[in-house]
Amino acid sequence: MLGYLTRRLFYAGLAIWAVTMISFFIINLPPGDYVTSYVAQLAIQGSIIQADEADNLREFYGLDRPMYVQYAKWMNQILHGNLGFSFEFGLPVNDVIGERLLLTMILAAGTIVFIWLVAIPIGILSAVRQYSIWDHTFTFFGFVGLAVPDFLLALVMMYFAFVMFDFSVGGLFSPEYVTAAWSFGRGVDLAQHMIIPIIILGTAGTASLIRITRANLLDELRKPYVSTARAKGLSETRLILKYPVRLALNPAISMTAYILPFLVSGSIVVSVVLGLPTVGPILLKALVAQDMYLAGAIVFLIGSMTVVGTFLSDLLLVWADPRVQFEGR
Amino acid sequence: MEMNPIEQERSPDIEDFVEDRISVASQRQLIWWRFKRHKVALVATAIVLAFYVIVVFADFLSTSDPSDSEAFRGLMPPQTVKVFDGWKPGLHVCAISGERSKITFQKEYTLDCTEKIPVRLFARGYQYKLFGVIPTDRHLLGMSDDTLRPEDHIYLLGTDKQGRDMYSRLLHGTRISLTIGLFGVGMSIVLGIVLGAISGFYGGLIDNLIQRLVEIVRSIPSIPLYMGIAAAFPSDWSILKIYFAITIIISLFAWTDLARVIRGRFLTMRDEDFVTAAMLSGASQRRIIFRHMLPSFYSHIIAAASLALPFMIIAETTLSFLGLGLRPPAISWGTLLQDAQNVQTIALTPWLMIPAIPVILIILALNFMGDGLRDAADPYSN
Repeated sequence: MLGYLTRRLFYAGLAIWAVTMISFFIINLPPGDYVTSYVAQLAIQGSIIQADEADNLREFYGLDRPMYVQYAKWMNQILHGNLGFSFEFGLPVNDVIGERLLLTMILAAGTIVFIWLVAIPIGILSAVRQYSIWDHTFTFFGFVGLAVPDFLLALVMMYFAFVMFDFSVGGLFSPEYVTAAWSFGRGVDLAQHMIIPIIILGTAGTASLIRITRANLLDELRKPYVSTARAKGLSETRLILKYPVRLALNPAISMTAYILPFLVSGSIVVSVVLGLPTVGPILLKALVAQDMYLAGAIVFLIGSMTVVGTFLSDLLLVWADPRVQFEGR
Repeated sequence: MEMNPIEQERSPDIEDFVEDRISVASQRQLIWWRFKRHKVALVATAIVLAFYVIVVFADFLSTSDPSDSEAFRGLMPPQTVKVFDGWKPGLHVCAISGERSKITFQKEYTLDCTEKIPVRLFARGYQYKLFGVIPTDRHLLGMSDDTLRPEDHIYLLGTDKQGRDMYSRLLHGTRISLTIGLFGVGMSIVLGIVLGAISGFYGGLIDNLIQRLVEIVRSIPSIPLYMGIAAAFPSDWSILKIYFAITIIISLFAWTDLARVIRGRFLTMRDEDFVTAAMLSGASQRRIIFRHMLPSFYSHIIAAASLALPFMIIAETTLSFLGLGLRPPAISWGTLLQDAQNVQTIALTPWLMIPAIPVILIILALNFMGDGLRDAADPYSN
């Protein structure tokens, strides 16, 4: 148990380290550096910086040093909770991201709950009533759900919401709650606004989880122990829910770790289309404006949170199925 | 009824016959027999082929130059094609005329079906080169030469904001979106085969390292990462340069899956007798990998690739849609859908959403085709 956990924790640490390298790489991709952008920004405001002053600044920030020193400095700043400065917003990155990161995570977590609540019952139904009209219907919707990219689904939902209900989808809060402090009312308002984004984000995951649950349950249902239990006169509902479903759920849990990165990716795009106040639109804006500290910080935060989420679902899997830790990997 | 050797009734002499056919059939033949049983996959394959016919003949099928813009005919709704003129056959489209509304200052168009614009097959249109070499100006559909008036036009799917023909743009977008996916898959296959083969053939430490790398790459959300890389392209790059850069980026989306599939195959095959035999007869490792092992699962690679292709298409479309992939004047499904990004356009000019239909259709078709290929890839498994 401990050995398995240490190994997973080590890989998670390794993955986060990889994420920091990638984020730093992205920060350094565009030509020019922090000071070039800073000087340009000051020039817009009307103050001119002399060339030697700019060099002083470079020295101060260590930009004249080799790459690995810069990386170490940047890492050091991050470990102290300072993510750098955003030129686009004229604010520290921490202030720009603030609540948006929390909303991004709430959205991802809500989507996972949605996927579970919808996909598992449907998966069970499809397997138990194999080749029934329900099974075919859900299989069809499953394929379509897998095939439609998130942003297209968002566009189509927007269109239908507008045409049929004259209702414009967008944002995560009603106007009166946008800047309000957290309260019960604000939470309810958020929950209401999250329904459509969650459906959009969760469709692909739901579709694949239905297929996985169905396939696994079908495998289990053919096993002799099911016939034995049936022969002993166990009621059908109890029989199915008590044994085969429990076994069929394990892949569902391990799949959560697998889809989390896709969910976060999807949430970025869907947020841009629907104008949700998550980190998505900010990331896009930062990238288009080449505001690289902000972009790098967002990639870093999203990446490491996904890794942590994946690690947590690994833990959940060990809890649900102790056999996993013994599989030598 | 066609003889289907696998589903055949098992009467004694037919069985002998079937056995004979199966035992002499080549692997390709077996895969085809198996694939044929999957009717949905067959239909899907036909759809995929039709799309690639569009890729080859995009110019021939277009009705007007996709980049030919004219501000005064912006945002026109689609015109319908009619095959009959009253009772007698006569291909035509309804004329359309626009007037600026006094209230909204929007241009409003009305279809007028009493005025007909005759349309003919193989009509003359803009100049292009068929297959990139044969110069011609023939198009499948076009206005008849004799009735050509400057104000007449056919826009089967309407026009965009700049007055460019959506139908022709859609065909050209298909060309770019589908070829970029193919090149991307090609690159991921190379990457996947190299890493998967090393990993599965040698095993041990190097396998462990590569598998950890794959795991790490998979645990990082891809879209923000590749958005970051795509955003760093200099804005003065030519369309061709960006096209190849995007191809490389989207090939990064899928290599992990391919590498895993190929590694698994290598691992199971490493201990097969024919590999041992090749080793004992002194074949080099390269020869064993490329001559003996790889050919035995080409079909798996093809199936995995056709399942990876939809990912590539979605990736390109998404990046371009966000404005980080291909940029106008390049035409792809993503850049076309960029025009339909907000509620106003969707509500007022719904035909700008039409490019969503081929995206969904080809992704569905590729998925079904890939499923069928995957089932058929191992003809000895049943």
